[in-house]
Amino acid sequence: MSRKLLLEHINVPGIHTLDVYRQKGGYRAVEKALKTLTPDEVVEEVKKSGLRGRGGAGFPTGMKWSFLAKPEGVARYLVCNADESEPGTFKDRYLMTHIPHALIEGMIVSSFALGAKTSFIYVRGEMMPQIRILEKAIAEAKNAGFLGKNILGTGYDLELYVQPGGGAYICGEETALLESLEGKRGNPRIKPPFPAIAGLYGCPTVVNNVESIAAVVPIINDGGDEYAKVGIGRSTGTKLISASGNLVRPGVYEIELGLPVEEFIYSDEWCGGIANGKRLKATVAGGSSVPVLPANLSIKLANGEPRLMSYESLSEGGFATGTMMGSGGFIAFDEDQCMVRNTWNFSRFYHHESCGQCSPCREGTGWMEKVLHRIEYGHGKMSDIDLLVDVAKKIEGNTICPLGDAAAWPVASAIRHFRDEFEWHVNNPQLSLDTNYGLANYAEPIAKAVSTEN
Amino acid sequence: MLKVEEQQPVEFSSALIEKFEEIVKRYPEGKQKSALLPVLHEVQAVLGWLSPAAMDKIAEYLSISPIEVYEVASFYSMYFLKPQGKYVLEVCRTGPCCLVGAEKLMGHIEKSLGVKENEVTPDGLFSWRGVECLAACGYGPVLQIGPEYTFYENLDEKKVDDLIQDLRKK
Ligand SMILES: Cc1cc2nc3c(=O)[nH]c(=O)nc-3n(C[C@H](O)[C@H](O)[C@H](O)COP(=O)(O)O)c2cc1C
Ligand code: SF4
Ligand code: FES
Repeated sequence: MSRKLLLEHINVPGIHTLDVYRQKGGYRAVEKALKTLTPDEVVEEVKKSGLRGRGGAGFPTGMKWSFLAKPEGVARYLVCNADESEPGTFKDRYLMTHIPHALIEGMIVSSFALGAKTSFIYVRGEMMPQIRILEKAIAEAKNAGFLGKNILGTGYDLELYVQPGGGAYICGEETALLESLEGKRGNPRIKPPFPAIAGLYGCPTVVNNVESIAAVVPIINDGGDEYAKVGIGRSTGTKLISASGNLVRPGVYEIELGLPVEEFIYSDEWCGGIANGKRLKATVAGGSSVPVLPANLSIKLANGEPRLMSYESLSEGGFATGTMMGSGGFIAFDEDQCMVRNTWNFSRFYHHESCGQCSPCREGTGWMEKVLHRIEYGHGKMSDIDLLVDVAKKIEGNTICPLGDAAAWPVASAIRHFRDEFEWHVNNPQLSLDTNYGLANYAEPIAKAVSTEN
Repeated sequence: MLKVEEQQPVEFSSALIEKFEEIVKRYPEGKQKSALLPVLHEVQAVLGWLSPAAMDKIAEYLSISPIEVYEVASFYSMYFLKPQGKYVLEVCRTGPCCLVGAEKLMGHIEKSLGVKENEVTPDGLFSWRGVECLAACGYGPVLQIGPEYTFYENLDEKKVDDLIQDLRKK
């Protein structure tokens, strides 16, 4: 069994209540941090842990915290990003539903480290049930003296509020989230200034993912050095993986970073293989925004070595033969799935969710959706395939926020690895409406993969 | 798009106003605009949608201009700017759910309810629409029903039919 740092007690009946959570050692990290450590010492432990942000970008959390500006007399804020809208990602909802106090405890310790007196958890509006769960848990924690004025007699004050979103993927982007929290449309801000200097209400602000903040609890309990022993290389600790698609057992899993992808997919401890006895065709390892990989490259690196679930191994080979850890949204496609249709679906998603501020993103996502739609529905031309590559290239790197890249990468990678399937659609418009291209040769792990581009 | 034809006057109950006040207190002095999204949810939960009159009233309450409310209400997908069925079935239509049959299920819902996406059944009870990923991808196909946004997961045609029957009887 692999080590669990976040979900160890998830199956304990009543763990969502303060009493049971405390019986299982909950709120020790609050006691330890507030009573025996200084805020800087808490930051130091988080730095030592090597924890990297779990929201998608993988930026070291301790380093992010140390960038926070601390002008005299100006409020600072911690905002938890519980917007969780990246297709394929559902770990934060799981954690908040079943063990809400893990997040609240992490928020208290992290707010203390940053010197925040008011903190917010921004939860996507569709998660109304989770908002109620968190509000109830916050009330419990406040009653027990873990929130409010003079927490545990230490003189530290903290108010914690839950803020609902309104249904917009873009509000997961941290500056759009802050705009939304200020009661505005979710238009990302131009950076700099970064939130660490001017964030919520123009004050220094840290935005962190739910899982990042929950991970602060075991880091403080056991020490940053202990946490760093789990995992592999610079991918320290455990990671929640949301597994979806054609798997025997989809769901949320806590893995030690460094687990081989093949084991994660096929072992009975994890996803138990591909559903209905089918074969694996492709995976998207880190949520819809990261490049899709064919089965062989999902499981093995280009040099034939096993690919591991770690930041480094997943991105090994760059975009030619690799992908990214992203948010840990692991989507498995079986042999009956159509890569063209899925790429169109994702493009429609990004077009729908573009905030419309920059023209490459607003227009480009629309073009990609339209061109993919016509290929999928049997009206595509061969030149459309290169047109897609061209549009994707023109969006990438030319926008205010990374949504543009997130929209471009799935399209570019699908064509990079599955170009023959796109061509087959163009050449067989009628046939492609009735049947699927199938597996091709993607499932056989190959000794050395050939990169087709860049 | 906003249509200004439905101008029935709106009064907020004292319970609702009390709720607003509790929300506004979360933010620093002068930052009451932060309450806008939560307040819109509260109002929609009571009225079923956000009429221009309701939005104007919210603007008045928060001391912001009506356009600040309209632009927010029209940006976010959860706010209804038109009357809906009493129950709005919102089905996830994004990639991972489609891998496990979401598109077929939407076709089935359209047939069962006899109305197209975003239309209301003649008895006023139901409408339905496709929405983007609901963060339940491992348990798809999935749909939600507001205002409490209860989730229904691992759906198939039979489960959806049962759900519709149950709601009809309520
Ligand atoms: C379009 C877009 C959507 C995002 N969605 C989320 C999200 O739903 N949840 C999240 O934690 N981070 C999301 N992020 C990343 C955030 O901008 C930010 O990097 C993150 O919340 C930082 O937290 P971390 O350092 O703990 O990962 C998104 C980024 C982009 C560009
Ligand atoms: S890249 Fe897209 S989502 Fe991001 S700011 Fe520009 S238009 Fe908006
Ligand atoms: S794709 Fe349907 S819930 Fe995520």
